[in-house]
Order: sequence, then structure tokens, then C-alpha cells
Amino acid sequence: MKILVCISHVPDTTSKINFTEGNTQFDTNGVQYVINPHDEYSLTRAMWFKEKQGASVTVANVGEAITEPTLRKCLAIGADDAIRINTQAIDSYSVAKQLAEAIKNGNYDLVLAGKESIDYNGQMVPGMIASILDYNFVNACIGLDIDGSTASVSREIDGGKEVLTTNLPLVIAGQKGLVDEKDLRIPNMRGIMMARKKPLQVIEAVNFTAKTNAANFEKPAEKSACKMIDADNVAELVALLHNEAKVI
Amino acid sequence: MSVLVFAESTEGKFKKVAFEVTSYGKKVAEQMATNLVVLTINASNTSELHQYGAEKVLHVNNDKLTVFNAKVYANVIKQAAEKENANLIIIDSSANGLYLAPIVAVNTQAGLASNVIAAPSSTSPFTVKRKAFSNKAFQNTIITSENKVVGLAKNSFGVKENEVSGSLEEFSPTISDDLFGIKSTSIDKTIGKVTIADADIVVSAGRGLKNGENWGMVEELAEVLGAATACSKPVADLGWRPHEEHVGQTGKQVASNLYIAIGISGAIQHLAGINASKVKVVINTDPEAPFFKAADYGIVGDAFEVVPKLVENLKAFKAQNE
Ligand SMILES: Cc1cc2nc3c(=O)[nH]c(=O)nc-3n(C[C@H](O)[C@H](O)[C@H](O)COP(=O)(O)OP(=O)(O)OC[C@H]3O[C@@H](n4cnc5c(N)ncnc54)[C@H](O)[C@@H]3O)c2cc1C
Ligand SMILES: Nc1ncnc2c1ncn2[C@@H]1O[C@H](COP(=O)(O)O)[C@@H](O)[C@H]1O
Repeated sequence: MKILVCISHVPDTTSKINFTEGNTQFDTNGVQYVINPHDEYSLTRAMWFKEKQGASVTVANVGEAITEPTLRKCLAIGADDAIRINTQAIDSYSVAKQLAEAIKNGNYDLVLAGKESIDYNGQMVPGMIASILDYNFVNACIGLDIDGSTASVSREIDGGKEVLTTNLPLVIAGQKGLVDEKDLRIPNMRGIMMARKKPLQVIEAVNFTAKTNAANFEKPAEKSACKMIDADNVAELVALLHNEAKVI
Repeated sequence: MSVLVFAESTEGKFKKVAFEVTSYGKKVAEQMATNLVVLTINASNTSELHQYGAEKVLHVNNDKLTVFNAKVYANVIKQAAEKENANLIIIDSSANGLYLAPIVAVNTQAGLASNVIAAPSSTSPFTVKRKAFSNKAFQNTIITSENKVVGLAKNSFGVKENEVSGSLEEFSPTISDDLFGIKSTSIDKTIGKVTIADADIVVSAGRGLKNGENWGMVEELAEVLGAATACSKPVADLGWRPHEEHVGQTGKQVASNLYIAIGISGAIQHLAGINASKVKVVINTDPEAPFFKAADYGIVGDAFEVVPKLVENLKAFKAQNE
């Protein structure tokens, strides 16, 4: 089985979110980048398929050279090779188009992505990849088993879960629950050394016109200060929630 | 040209988000000086949609569509859009809505803006405000393609009454068996419990509660308020509470009217999941807990004393206001 894991390179969650050039660009100054947490769940599941079922695992990112350390980190965690599609990620559709092209050319059986990238919060790319290629697709995946070319997949639904069966080729958007938290891996020294020698292929992007563009960004209005209520006067809280906040 | 809204139902009944997307669709159709068509699948009380501005309801009734299947539903939405000559499709952000939107977008060659929180600030170019950076910022997105899909964030635009005398039309799309590449084998739902996704109020607790056995008071509080229960990540990781309750960056997103956080420190990854809630109440022993900076109302105090008192007061309040 050939697996491709889509890796989004995102600011660490504790990063300060600021914008430059008249609020049109994200300010990367001092920002630490990490593997998108949802993609980490998918990568971890991919490692399981590699170790238990002999799958090969490729990681891919659509981005410029700045994303390479993130791909190297995936190699250090255990992926076999990496692909970087050399273009700025403009919108979800164009990212999906680039990934779909690489998936088609590489004949992958299983594509694992994350449910959402934590920077632009699109929740769009995996479903788009699947639709472009006309592959089966399961969103918000919390369980995945493969037997030959058959897959049993669980997805989270509002208030519960649904179990589905389908066939490869398949695209999955993974999230927390797909693997055990304790199985997430931090690269060790040996992994980091080995990653240096693993192939990281840079491929050129196909021509594609984006369908959306980000005009600019805004930050939420400053919050007013928290109103403190005495622990001995809980009744006041109830009154405030009713009369002022009007939520009860 | 028209605006098409997909109004979701479960077991025939509309979800609250169905009324929210319909309200939103009405507003956008007015801005674009066009008409609104609302598509429903196997829903029973379609006339409810007229209350929120649905001039025309397109109703599909088909046994093959009893169980939600994203690819099949997306295809039905596409056929409806073609029939109605709609180039703007609006979908909610429920688990099913999020599953559908990218498929619908690709199938209709549309640009998609997800997580949208407001009516377009301009219809030409079509510009919408959406959540980004885990609620730490907003992005104004222009959809440049001819066809457009908007994914509306939950509890963002709100449900707005706007009664119209509408019409109902039965619609029979072609449903090809080839589309059923995925089969549902079982659905497991917590019956009778308010879910985080649907709740107007969410009561959440963290490691400050010391261990899983102490959740009785949290559940009691949730019950008086008709709220869903939630928790911080370590609480789910420790197995004190089920994973479905974990909210935050890596867990559920909460966009409720009221979020009550008990014994949760307010780490940035937790806040990333609850920033979209309208009113936040924090109960914590530590006055320096970062959560107070993000809260609207706060009580510095021991949860084991404050929560039972809160339950008592709320019961009294309910009794008075019944
Ligand atoms: C990549 C990444 C992703 C993450 N994703 C998430 C996520 O999605 N969701 C999430 O929640 N966390 C997430 N975290 C973890 C997060 O950083 C915090 O560690 C976590 O939110 C802390 O949980 P807590 O507030 O319950 O516990 P603590 O930080 O231990 O806080 C307990 C709080 O309880 C208070 N307290 C103690 N006793 C009492 C009492 N008797 N009465 C009242 N208050 C009391 C304390 O003052 C303290 O503020 C993530 C971390 C990382 C690195
Ligand atoms: N630039 C990118 N390169 C590779 N994969 C991506 C990229 N952007 C998004 N993805 C994948 O698509 C998932 C959902 O992203 P999004 O639709 O942006 O929320 C992510 O979790 C990744 O797995």
C-alpha cells in the first residue's frame, strides 16, 4: 500500500498572530512552525500501517522552501520520503489541485490529511482532493483499518459516530481519536540523522487559477475586562447572566 | 440566477442550523436582488422554513437518501443548483455540512469560503468575512469564480424570523448507484444528551476538578441549564471524560451563547476552541489564571463550593421564571 500524508506547515498555536502590509500578509516574524496537529494524527496512523502492514509513507506539502524543516521532521518521525510542490499556497482549491496531481502521478492508494489546518481553518483541502480525483472520501475520521483494498472507517458525527466501509483509493481527513495520544512521536536523534539522507523531492507546480483570494485580515476587537463576582454572591452571577448577558 | 441553501434535517426534523442558513440565505438573496431557494431532503415540516425567509422550498423525498452520504447528497445539491440556475450555494457547518461543502464546491467548479461569520460586505466582488487562525483573526475572502459556495459558521449569523408566503416544489433528482462508494454500517448516537455541536450552553471543566469522580456537580449544572458538558484536553487524555467532550485546538469547536469553564486554566490551545462562544464565565481558584483575561464574568473560588451554590441559585431562578 502506498500512502501519501498531506502535511500543512502552520504557526505553533502559541504564536502571536499579527499582520503586515496593510493587514494583507501574515507576519511571520518570530513565528515557530510546526506540523499541523491534525496532520500529526494522520501521520501517526500512517506509521502504524508502515510498521504493521508494510505500507510506504510519503509526506507532501504545497509550499515554498520555508516548509522544508517541517517535512524533514516528518521524515525524522519515520516517513520514507517527502515531496514539496514548489508554490505559494494561495487558496484551498489550488492546493488541492496540486496535491491531486501528485497523487495521480504517484498512484497512491491511501491519502491521509488532517481535518483542518489550524492557520487558515479551511476544512476544505481533503474533500477537494477526493472530488478532483473522484476517490472515496471520509471526513472527521476517528478510526481507520485497511484490509486489502477494503477500508473500515469511523467518522465523528454531531453527537456520536458512524462506521463506514469503502474501498481504496481513499482520502481521509483525520482528527484526534484516529490514534492514541500517547502514540504521537517526537523525533529522536537517530530519526533526525536518518532524515537527512531521506529523499525530499521538489516538484514544480501545475498551472492553476485560484478561485478565492484573501483580501485582508482583521483582529477581533479588544475585549472589555472580565466582570468579577464574589464567590459568596453567586446569585449575582445568575442575575447578570439573565439581565445583562441575556443568555439564560 | 438564485441563491440555493441546503437545509439539513435529521429524521425528518430540521436542525437549528437549517434555520440559520435559511436566514442567512434570505439576507444574501436580498443583497443580490435575487430569489432564495431552500433544498431539503426527506424533511417533514418544510413549511417551517418559510418563517425564516424561504420563498421556495425544493423538497426531495427518496428512500435512498435516508442515511446521509456526502457524495450522494453533494450530487443532489448540484442537480438542484443546476435546475434553479443558482450560482451561490450556502451550506451549514455541522459535521455533515463540513463534509459536503468541499465536494459541492469541486463538483460545481465553485470557489469555497468556509467558516463564514457574516453576510457579504460586498456582493461584487463577492467578499465575506471568515474565521481564521483559530478565532484569533478574521480573513476577508473574495470568491472570484462565477460559482460560489459559502460554508456558514455555526451560531454566527443567528436565526432570524422573516416570514414569507412560500411555495413548495417536489424535486426528483437522478440518483445513480455509482455514487454509493461508501456505505454506512452503523450509527451510534448518544441519545437524549445535549451535544456540544447543538448546545446553546456548554458547561466545561478541567483538571482543577482533581479526578473523574467529581463530575457529578458539573453534570447537575449542565442539567439545570439544559447544557452540554465538555472538558479540557488533559481531562479527556486522563480518561476522566470521553474524548467527544474535549474542546480546543485539537478538539471540538464551541460556538455557544454561554460557555462556563470550571477549573480550566485557559491555555491558548483551549481558548482556540471556545473563542467563538458569545459569553464566557470562569470559575477558578487562581485569580491569575489566564482564562480570566478571556472571560466576561469571573468568580475566584473553589469549584467544589461555587458550583453547588450556582446549581442551587439556578434552580431557584428557574422555579421563579417558569
Ligand atoms: C499541540 C497542543 C494542542 C493542545 N490542544 C488542546 C485542546 O484542544 N484543548 C485543551 O483543553 N488543551 C489543549 N492543549 C493543552 C493545553 O496546553 C493545557 O495543557 C490544557 O488546556 C490544560 O488543561 P486544564 O486547564 O484542565 O488543566 P491545568 O492547566 O492543570 O489547570 C487547572 C486549573 O484549575 C484550577 N483549579 C485547581 N483547583 C481548583 C478548584 N478546586 N476549583 C477551581 N479551580 C481550580 C487551577 O487554578 C488551574 O487554573 C494542547 C496542547 C498542545 C501542546
Ligand atoms: N499547503 C498544504 N500542503 C499540504 N497539505 C495541505 C496544505 N494545506 C492543507 N493541507 C492538508 O489539508 C488538510 C486540511 O486543510 P485545510 O483545508 O486548509 O483546513 C490539512 O490538515 C492538511 O493535511
